[in-house]
Amino acid sequence: MELFTNQVLAGIATGAIYACMALAVVMIYQAIDHLNFAQGEMAMFSTFVAWQMMQWGIPYWGAFALTLIFSFVGGIVIERALFKPLAKAPVLTHVAGFIALFAIINSVAGLTWDFTIKQFPSPFGSSPFLGSQLISTHQAGMIGVTIILLVLLFIFFRYTRVGLAMRAAASMPESARLVGINTSWMIALGWGMAAAIGSIAGMLIAPVVFLEPNMMGGVLIYGFAAAVVGGLTSPLGAVIGGFLVGVFENLVGTYIPGVGNELKLPIALALIITVLVVKPNGLFGRAIVKRV
Amino acid sequence: MTAMLHVKDLRAYYGQVQALHGLEFELQEGSLTTLLGANGAGKTTTLRSICNMIRSTGSIEFEGKKLDNKSTESIVRLGIAHVPQGRGTFTTMTVEENLQLGAISRKDTKAIGDDIERMYAHFPVLKQRHTQQAGTLSGGEQQMLAVARALMLRPRLMLLDEPSFGLAPLIVRDLFKILGKINREDKVSILVVEQNAQLALELADKAYVIETGRIVMSGTADEIANNEDVRKSYLGY
Amino acid sequence: MSTVQDVSAAPAVAAVPKKAMALGPLASLIILALLIVTPLFVKNFIIFQMTMWLIYAIAVLALNILTGASGQFSLGQSAFYALGAYTSAILMEHVGVNYALTLPVAGLVCFIAGFLFGLPALRLSGIYLALATFALAVAMPQLLKLGVFEHWTGGVQGLVVTKPDAPEILASLGLKVSQDMWLYFFTLAVTILIYILSVNLLKSRSGRAMMAIRDNEIAASAMGVDVSLYKTLAFGVSAGITGVAGGLGAIAVQFVAPDGYTIQLAIALFLGMVVGGVGWLPGSLAGAAFIVFVPNIAEHVSKGLSGAVFGVILIIIIFLLPNGARQLAYLAQGLIGKLRKH
Repeated sequence: MELFTNQVLAGIATGAIYACMALAVVMIYQAIDHLNFAQGEMAMFSTFVAWQMMQWGIPYWGAFALTLIFSFVGGIVIERALFKPLAKAPVLTHVAGFIALFAIINSVAGLTWDFTIKQFPSPFGSSPFLGSQLISTHQAGMIGVTIILLVLLFIFFRYTRVGLAMRAAASMPESARLVGINTSWMIALGWGMAAAIGSIAGMLIAPVVFLEPNMMGGVLIYGFAAAVVGGLTSPLGAVIGGFLVGVFENLVGTYIPGVGNELKLPIALALIITVLVVKPNGLFGRAIVKRV
Repeated sequence: MTAMLHVKDLRAYYGQVQALHGLEFELQEGSLTTLLGANGAGKTTTLRSICNMIRSTGSIEFEGKKLDNKSTESIVRLGIAHVPQGRGTFTTMTVEENLQLGAISRKDTKAIGDDIERMYAHFPVLKQRHTQQAGTLSGGEQQMLAVARALMLRPRLMLLDEPSFGLAPLIVRDLFKILGKINREDKVSILVVEQNAQLALELADKAYVIETGRIVMSGTADEIANNEDVRKSYLGY
Repeated sequence: MSTVQDVSAAPAVAAVPKKAMALGPLASLIILALLIVTPLFVKNFIIFQMTMWLIYAIAVLALNILTGASGQFSLGQSAFYALGAYTSAILMEHVGVNYALTLPVAGLVCFIAGFLFGLPALRLSGIYLALATFALAVAMPQLLKLGVFEHWTGGVQGLVVTKPDAPEILASLGLKVSQDMWLYFFTLAVTILIYILSVNLLKSRSGRAMMAIRDNEIAASAMGVDVSLYKTLAFGVSAGITGVAGGLGAIAVQFVAPDGYTIQLAIALFLGMVVGGVGWLPGSLAGAAFIVFVPNIAEHVSKGLSGAVFGVILIIIIFLLPNGARQLAYLAQGLIGKLRKH
């Protein structure tokens, strides 16, 4: 039993990573109706920017804030320069655009900061949390930040006019224009916010997985998975999905014999597909009720 | 009275196909004007051109401002609310959120709450359903929601595209009564496009008849209603 | 004035008229002639690259049938490619079957696998289907490494495949054909066969049914099209063709190993389809050229930044030709039409 609780706790700790990334995924999905395959790379790049600023002697929280601003602006710039001109292109062309962005960011980061792994500091330290060997203060801090982000996003989308306008622009662009919403800027804003949230995820994940250009590959896949399991339209679902995927992955690794690290990912993904076959809108996604 | 909306030499295109051939009409401030015509005559296209939702040439002036090169959203912000065909309901959002979206471009945020209450007074059924997902409303309820959403803009001019479409006759009567009331009491000018000519002519003060992208007849609603040709082609008696 | 897209949900793939999915006879003959003559004048290594080009073209074509014709979207084609490659390799090395005969088997095995995979995938659409197929692509290399199958698959090490010689009958006729050259022409023959079969499939009743589903699933089912059957069938056919490409790939590379069939291959095939033009079968050839040659060019331009160069080239292509090579072909067609009039 103790093994079980321990594994669940450890799963929640890794789940926080996925939850954080899944939030960024949901954010961009709300804004543009696509999954951005370059999201992880954008987060990685932001994290390197933060690292570079700290190398230049800027204290952690200063670098953190500057990175947020940099990422927000960067997200908007990427949208304006790359994806706004593609607005009328077919969906699959967008996906190709994401892949191109992925290749470019990964390659530029590799050339600028090389592929050796770097230490990234944690603002929460790494001592055991409340005496538990399984969960460190950093991981606890990460869970805390994820939950705060979730609450902020919830308030933003539910209770602010900009949040409402963003949801409207994403779900029914033409109707949104007819009530006077500038849908094009809503998309740009969505990119900015997603990039900023992604950068938080990156800075929280980097102390755990170490900083290097390929650090987000696996994390993003789990982030997608978490977002999809939770339902792409629900930030809360994304966070719960993240924790679920983390816990499940850990339990499978512990209890099913012969499942090494290599098979963890396929099995987690298989679970996700099973969930989707049973509940095609994810566990918490809102089913769109339509009169035909 | 001065003309609020001036449309001159309007030509619109769907790809290579020309749908409007030099349409001209105007709408007086405070009036309820109707555009009549058969399927495919260009009624919807005219409304879409006013809001710049389709490629068109010619001149459209609203209260002395040219609309030609403005984006849809900035035209809306001038006070033109458009209730499109198919109603444009935000199906995944609640009824109340739909109403808030109607007012999303307004600066006077304090008065929005009161306006929502006013809409509930006009359309009590919306109040009953205010937390319900808008996509689950019946067709008639959605049409009421669409009108209410448009009014939330506090528009100077409201464009309505086939409000009677797909609704039961009784509901259509109710809806048109409310439209008349809004026109008189709230001083909202209305341009309504209809296939149900009889009803539209009862309500309107001015009418135009469109055929294949051109205005073929214009006059007061009474004149048009008593015209022999219109009676035969559109009123059926 | 600006134009605004219609409110109704557009299908993921712009509808391609049935006729426009293939090339005219003249253009086909010119391309065929080039494909036959070019290898006679180039070095063996280039012939090998051209072989890989054709093989990828088959795989891209398979994806085109799935996405372009039936509107489903897959990031998991590498899994079927791997399955086909292993089927051929195991049959050749463990059972001693002739290489040419392994291809239909690879196709059949993959057809069945694709059909079975298509069944649960039926419930998924769009992004969810992409994720499911993606999972398949990620899982495949790990499955191939499993100890249980090691006797057959060779585990992490993989299997070495013998390269076939040209048939002796050619030598007795006095023609000296190198292994690479022979394999190229063999692949070309298979490519042409698959291309003709695919064009005919899309023209047939089944093809029309698939396209009806792509354009409007509800309307298609109302017209009496068995939506589930044709969607799974499209998956099966696409997987089967990919399997044949995989088998050919194994023979050409003379080697199969789990890490040769990662998600990167699936992404490459997807890019090939987009660059070639979704739903336009001849575009597969252009798309495959992109997959095979552009990374080389990028590497050539800058070693350190090859990824960035690749990305920039890709962006330039999708900016100029958001509908892929198909757009270029239409432009050319329009231009020729104009010239003829004058």
